[in-house]
Amino acid sequence: MNEMIILVGLIALHSVALLIALLIVVSFLIYADRKVWAAVQLRRGPNVVGPWGVLQSFADLLKFVFKEVIIPDGANKGVFVLAPIISAALSLAAWAVIPVAEGWEVADLNVGILYLFALSSLGVYGIIMGGWASNSKYPFLSALRSAAQMVSYEVSIGFVIITVLLCAGSLNLTEIVKTQETGLGTMLGLPNSFLDWYFIPLFPMFIVFFVSALAETNRPPFDLVEAESELVAGFMVEYSSTPYLLFMLGEYVAITLMCAMTTILFLGGWLPIIDVAVLNWIPGVFWFMAKLCFVFFMFAMVKAIVPRYRYDQLMRLGWKVFLPLSLAWVVITAGALVAFGWLP
Amino acid sequence: MVAALFFYLFASVAIASAVMVISSRNPVHSVLFLILCFFNAAGLFILLGAEFLAMILVVVYVGAVAVLFLFVVMMLDVDFVQLRQGMLNYLPVGGTIGLIVLVELALVVGTWAISSDALTAAAAPSSGDVTNTEALGQILYTKYVYFFQAAGLVLLVAMIGAIVLTLRHKQGVKRQDVSVQVARNPATAMEVVKVKPGQGI
Repeated sequence: MNEMIILVGLIALHSVALLIALLIVVSFLIYADRKVWAAVQLRRGPNVVGPWGVLQSFADLLKFVFKEVIIPDGANKGVFVLAPIISAALSLAAWAVIPVAEGWEVADLNVGILYLFALSSLGVYGIIMGGWASNSKYPFLSALRSAAQMVSYEVSIGFVIITVLLCAGSLNLTEIVKTQETGLGTMLGLPNSFLDWYFIPLFPMFIVFFVSALAETNRPPFDLVEAESELVAGFMVEYSSTPYLLFMLGEYVAITLMCAMTTILFLGGWLPIIDVAVLNWIPGVFWFMAKLCFVFFMFAMVKAIVPRYRYDQLMRLGWKVFLPLSLAWVVITAGALVAFGWLP
Repeated sequence: MVAALFFYLFASVAIASAVMVISSRNPVHSVLFLILCFFNAAGLFILLGAEFLAMILVVVYVGAVAVLFLFVVMMLDVDFVQLRQGMLNYLPVGGTIGLIVLVELALVVGTWAISSDALTAAAAPSSGDVTNTEALGQILYTKYVYFFQAAGLVLLVAMIGAIVLTLRHKQGVKRQDVSVQVARNPATAMEVVKVKPGQGI
């Protein structure tokens, strides 16, 4: 009995530590996002709160929390309040299985990647519920759009994940990272390095995953859910203060999660760039963070550079380009693995 | 102890939400309760040690099927009063189906209670250190691969049938053809015309 309590306490402690670290990282990533965006547009971005404006996210948090929660009269109250909570909770819960370094995860699930896929596919519920419960036309239209968009891009994300699973031979995230210790580079007789990671042999899938991740998290250029020129602010029109904050938090945590998934599936997770004396003294968590920040930088640059897609073009890209491409790549990968006897 | 606690938690919430699915007045609430029910079923699967099934349940049913459900139900303009009126008419049919399912469930549980060895032997996937995912894969894709392919073929035919039934090509509608747009160049897209003053083209 005592051991049980200690175990439960330990898990709770792990989870709280992860959440605190995650929220702090996300708050600085939001700041970085705005700074990158500003730099591309030759603006200065947030620069008032704290040195260089680094504390801007915390100021925003305080501002949101101290405002009044307004629930529209015609709204379906229960669902209206539940939607942002679900949105934030689901994206935070997904982090339980992310290994930020070897053995550094709250739960070492042996179907970890499926858990991630399941939870990221549930992200659409927050948006649908919020849009419907607002009882207002723009949020509702936005909810319908997002439901179609997220379901479409999930399909190609699923096939990309299957391709990686074929190469790794495991659904466990730690195992997936470990199989990237050896690969193309070591086959050529080189030391363990970035040449072994899956982004080289599966390069088309890396691109498909990156673009689908943008669409799945409703990032520009696929932010049709909140296309200001058409839908005001999309499904969040009726939301204010803390519920709005929870939606934004859920969105950014989901984006960070997608960056982490890209890191784990294609960029070798916590593995150092080259496994030589100086570089492998650096703890794995720093490598993981560096790769995560790099992927996030790419997300931010895409947001700053690429104009918004039209909705029918978005659907065309998802169903007519990515789905056949990723399906074909699953077949090609499986064929190559069997033909050369590389099956794990 | 903890497993029992979680079992009763998941089971009771699942049953309560299942009751709410059929008793709540708003169909959107019904679907949301259905999702809650799926979640608890996934929790029960995890308690049974079937983590792959649990995740697939969440991915397929909650992540895809229920989204489509919600999508349709949200857009329907349902008259709830009218919906309630036919309830007594459908009660005998529904009741019979419910009774049959109940009897079948009782038979399954009864068999289990009488000879648990036979069922557990059949249900045990494979001994040794194979994970559930691997065991399922071996059964589906190696042992019964032809049945699996046949099932897939049936689904494919159904899918093609649905597409053929609903596909309409309207005449006279301008469609975007990306390859044509990309293949355009100044020579094909532009025409330079010398216009004489005062005459027009």
